[in-house]
Amino acid sequence: MAEKTLLQVKDLKMHFPIEEGIVIKKQVGAIRAIDGIDFQIEKGETLGLVGESGCGKSTTARCIAQLHKPTGGEVLYNGVDLCNATENDLLQARKGIQMVFQDPYASLNPRMTAGNIIAEPMTIYRQRRMLNMSKKEITERVEDLMEKVGLNRHFKNRYPHEFSGGQRQRIGVARALALNPKLILADEPVSALDVSIQSQILNLLADLQKEFDLTFLFIAHDLAVIQHISTRVAVMYLGKIVEIAKSEDLYKKPMHPYTEALMSAVPIPDPDVERNRKRIILTGDVPSPDQERHGCYFYDRCPKRLDMCKNSIPQLKDHGDKHQVACHLYK
Amino acid sequence: MSDVILRVDDLKTYFNTDDGIVKAVDGVSFELKKGEMLGIVGESGSGKSVTNLSLMKLIPSPPGKIMNGTAMFDGENIFDMSDEEIRKLRGNRIGMIFQDPMTSLNPFLRISTQMIETIVLHQKLEKDAARNRAVEMLEMVGIPNPEKRINDYPHQFSGGMRQRVMIAMALSCDPEILIADEPTSALDVTIQAQIIEVIQELSRKLNTAVIMITHDLGVVAGICDTVCVMYAGRIVEKGTNDEIFKDPKHPYTQGLIKSVPRLDQPSKERLFSIDGQPPNVIDLPECCPFHPRCDKAMAKCKNTYPPLTTFGEGREVRCWLYEEDK
Repeated sequence: MAEKTLLQVKDLKMHFPIEEGIVIKKQVGAIRAIDGIDFQIEKGETLGLVGESGCGKSTTARCIAQLHKPTGGEVLYNGVDLCNATENDLLQARKGIQMVFQDPYASLNPRMTAGNIIAEPMTIYRQRRMLNMSKKEITERVEDLMEKVGLNRHFKNRYPHEFSGGQRQRIGVARALALNPKLILADEPVSALDVSIQSQILNLLADLQKEFDLTFLFIAHDLAVIQHISTRVAVMYLGKIVEIAKSEDLYKKPMHPYTEALMSAVPIPDPDVERNRKRIILTGDVPSPDQERHGCYFYDRCPKRLDMCKNSIPQLKDHGDKHQVACHLYK
Repeated sequence: MSDVILRVDDLKTYFNTDDGIVKAVDGVSFELKKGEMLGIVGESGSGKSVTNLSLMKLIPSPPGKIMNGTAMFDGENIFDMSDEEIRKLRGNRIGMIFQDPMTSLNPFLRISTQMIETIVLHQKLEKDAARNRAVEMLEMVGIPNPEKRINDYPHQFSGGMRQRVMIAMALSCDPEILIADEPTSALDVTIQAQIIEVIQELSRKLNTAVIMITHDLGVVAGICDTVCVMYAGRIVEKGTNDEIFKDPKHPYTQGLIKSVPRLDQPSKERLFSIDGQPPNVIDLPECCPFHPRCDKAMAKCKNTYPPLTTFGEGREVRCWLYEEDK
């Protein structure tokens, strides 16, 4: 078990300070983007992370890659705690952790050619003498990678604006693969794409996973996409993980009331199914994460809340078959 | 057929650009009946939004121009109307809601100012009466505490609440048609479910016809009566909701439905995917624009645009496959 674990996140917290004052700044509060989450990712699996906007999905990915310095907790990658690692260790670890971003327009430098974008991670590590590759080898690898992700190698001197959205996302994927990573943090990689292009990219990711033995943390707000690509799924709400289960179990028997509502809210492209479905419509909006909470984070919107939920925070508990839920309904 | 309130015929909207003429909408025809919920699906650049902006004469001109076509609304052609006449129509008899509720509300004005302005202008009500009407509408779309919230500014509302305000505003003059351009695409699923419920409930209650533009097949399957599928500026298939989803005829529609992963049918198999990319609509040759991506393409698909094949009332496909059968 422990050997198979590639990444372990323990009690991770990320609070962004709210400051007041122009010259003398004073912290008056904090946005609790992530408020204590635990999970682990095993080698070769895909962990899907779903939740609505503002629930902390992207912050989680950024904290794992140490793009944000977490407020508390540990991120263990191959047994090394990245939050307290030395710069050198962190650079080594980051070679194995790469990100793919949501917006293929914003995540590629418009002044660099596709070839240079894909080569950049290798060039940087080469300059730091942490990668033993000649310039020629890098060029060859760029061409190889472009072909792997389904781009014509002759396009390497083109600029991002000459590519379509789907092709740009392929460039982003090629860049993430450049350093032979173990773990890919994919932050909404298909959300900005059209339906017919979305399935192309999903298939590409699945193929690459098999070929390079990759492990994914896949973030999306589209549950159908998550269920399709993931082995396990974690549902987040307001900076907390409320449920983790195997992806096939989650739709069949969602346990947390939030997961239930989320599942029932997803439209299904079949008129017959839609007509016979019962929707659980949640009232209200997601509350602001700027307050410390002493009860269940979902209390305000929960249709099944109990008295005890107001004053006690439910912990994530295993209910057999690795189905973990944080809810007082289940003892 | 007296219950048809809008009949669009052979609408063509072109944009002049430095690279050539963009045929954003190239011969679109459809009908909208009273109280009907019509879905228009398609990918970005297929011309869904331009079709509906044309109907409201909101195409920036130049570069855009409505080249051809008629849109008969209540016996009059919208495209022949003067600016003065069209202003009386917009927001009054045809309401519109957009994808991004933040950019469609004026951030400097209170909700009350924006809503009352519309009502006073179109309904010729006194300010007080208009205010009451606005509060009533906000209550109807499910905004808690509407008497107080009406004095707030748009930034004080969340995304879902802002979209509710937009719906309230669009419906405040009892329009006959509501055009909803991707109303839920910027919202989360649980909020999307709320907004769709509001639109559905109100359109039933007020008997408003709705044109729902979306790229989400699930949304369409849930609420629409009829569906038009657009590709590269034209409607390639039209039919009732059941016909489109159970018996899709056009290879593009078939591919689109198959390529969406379904929550109720989990599978780890490879997804079906349509190869290639949507075409560039600049100077499209007179051929089926889908043929480079189509797995059933024939020689004639490359040379001529397929004609309209009809199967019974309101069921139409543009594909050479079916012209063969006849």
